[in-house]
Amino acid sequence: MKTDARNFAATKEVLVPLLRQMLLVRRVEERLSADFHAGKLPGGVHLYIGQEAVAVGVCAHLRDSDTITSTHRGHGHFIAKGGSPRAMMAEIWGKRSGICRGMGGSMHVADVSKGILGANGIVAAGLAITCGAAYAVTLDRSDRVAVAFFGDGAANQGTLMETLNVATLWNLPMIFVCENNRFSEFSPTSTVTAGDIVDRARAFKIPCASVDGNDVLAVHGAAGAAIERARKGGGPSFIEAHTYRLHGHLEAEKSFLKSAYRESAEVEEWRGRDPIALFKTYLRGEGILDEREVDALEREIAAIVEDAAQFAEAGEPADPNLVFEVMFHEQRA
Amino acid sequence: MAKKRYIQAINDALTEEMARDPKIILFGEDVEISMFGDTLGLLERFGPGRIRNTPICEATLTGMAVGAAASGYRVVLHMMFSNFIYTGFDAIANQMAKLRLMTGGQMSMPITILAGYGGGRSSAAQHSDTPHPLLMNLGGVNVVVPASPADAKGLLKTVLRGKNPTFFLEAGGRGAETAEVPDEDYTIPLGKVSVLRPGRDVTVVAIGTMVKHALAAIPELEAKGIDPEVIDIRTLVPLDEDGIIASVQKTGRLVVVDEARDRCSAASHICAVVADKAFSALKAPPKRVTVPNVAMPYAPASEKNVLPNPAKIAAAAAALVGR
Ligand SMILES: Cc1ncc(C[n+]2csc(CCOP(=O)(O)OP(=O)(O)O)c2C)c(N)n1
Repeated sequence: MKTDARNFAATKEVLVPLLRQMLLVRRVEERLSADFHAGKLPGGVHLYIGQEAVAVGVCAHLRDSDTITSTHRGHGHFIAKGGSPRAMMAEIWGKRSGICRGMGGSMHVADVSKGILGANGIVAAGLAITCGAAYAVTLDRSDRVAVAFFGDGAANQGTLMETLNVATLWNLPMIFVCENNRFSEFSPTSTVTAGDIVDRARAFKIPCASVDGNDVLAVHGAAGAAIERARKGGGPSFIEAHTYRLHGHLEAEKSFLKSAYRESAEVEEWRGRDPIALFKTYLRGEGILDEREVDALEREIAAIVEDAAQFAEAGEPADPNLVFEVMFHEQRA
Repeated sequence: MAKKRYIQAINDALTEEMARDPKIILFGEDVEISMFGDTLGLLERFGPGRIRNTPICEATLTGMAVGAAASGYRVVLHMMFSNFIYTGFDAIANQMAKLRLMTGGQMSMPITILAGYGGGRSSAAQHSDTPHPLLMNLGGVNVVVPASPADAKGLLKTVLRGKNPTFFLEAGGRGAETAEVPDEDYTIPLGKVSVLRPGRDVTVVAIGTMVKHALAAIPELEAKGIDPEVIDIRTLVPLDEDGIIASVQKTGRLVVVDEARDRCSAASHICAVVADKAFSALKAPPKRVTVPNVAMPYAPASEKNVLPNPAKIAAAAAALVGR
């Protein structure tokens, strides 16, 4: 594993939470996958399985007051930024106790109190929103930062160029985190994307990094530098994290696609580079965690996930009339 | 005649017209693998020049459609979900809809935009919109909302042979519904309603996805001794005002069912036209059954609460008749 733990004090107190958060994201989503295929969820889900190191490596540096925007594949960012698994799962079940009271669902999980400005169903919409949030930080003269997570597919929307320009010109504390998971829906990235995405940002002469997105320490190192720089008024940075989506674009895809868009051998190859397995191996190798401690962590996470899933399933359905109260603020629709 | 799925009828129209006219090209995000099935097999049949996956860049795709059309091609642009029309809206509203006029008629604009619309499947607010009202308001684009496989095929063939930008809006979630489709090569003119059930007491005009619900409301109305006339609007621009008015002249009552939000909906426009042009025939105020002015919520019961359904339609029609 090409990790560089030397970039920061690689103490157990820093490293174990990274594993813990990656496991939490993974196990929550495995449960969502099972619940989806059992026909229990009202809507579709886009799972983050395989990409956990990116959200976790970045969000480990963030405070509640820092903001993030996310994508249609947003569960990992939500949890990594401190969102509640209970409230997220209840949302995906369409329940009153959901974080958005059942109004948004999987593609729109948001917790403003934690700086999670939301997953988003419009590809690349988060970039401009983050740019605005970063502008607000400068008006507040604060050391907060704003992070935009977006996909390689999203990088092909013109708004990337536009937000890079504004963020650079105005020296905004914005961190662009492009998760290149090799697919834009069902199109391999190489078939719809010219050049290297990170080079688009290099044109603005801001600090750029291209990292192994399956290596949580590589992500953590690059993000730490970018976030610290932004907090100190050093302006925007760009990180392209190379990773792989192990599940489908959405869980339902096998039910409607008539042909395959990738080789199962390729998926298997990437399964061999599972970010969680890699990190576990690293921690064991460094003598930071032993088998028994990993098992204990797994049990703790399993209990959290079971509790969240039961909470979601047992919850009351969303209030059908809430729409009229929350469409406007303090004004009935 | 043969039974065909709605999505298959669209696929057949595209295949037949592309075979007939080598100037038709089709592009959009993931049109090669085809998420909805409407563009399935076109790549294999017509090759990678005429059928093309694009990057995600709607603002550019709509502009490209204008440029390719101005260069002599007939463009079919697939926008996937209707909400992504918003992402590509500038070239639609500022170029596609207006260039014919601004160039004094020098350009024709043979562009067909495909997109799936509508809610009811917990796809949440950014994948469930029914955006035809804002398209109708642009002025320079046609808006086609087929409800049946036969209409989908016949209308799409007309559109693909036309010279004006046209939104061909596919009823979301209805792709698998089957009905008879004629075998021969046929077209259906734009701007002609289809009377699905003649009746004497109340005219129920239904738009796209709502046709199915309007038909499903018939038994409840019949049980109350009401004889409804159910009309499928088929196209919103051009609008068959005469067809609607002729029905209202007969029944004296009008209900319009629309999955768009109520404010400035197609339903409100149709009611205004009837109030204006057939006022003396009306025995009761025209009534709209629409979605309230809210975004589509995610949770199933919340979504159901705001969507029109057969019971709401029957209640509105019965109230007009006074039963
Ligand atoms: C504006 C817009 N266009 C198209 C879509 C449909 N769509 C949803 S996800 C997606 C692919 C996104 O790819 P990428 O940004 O790489 O994210 P990933 O799915 O790989 O996480 C597309 C085209 C959308 N949601 N929004």
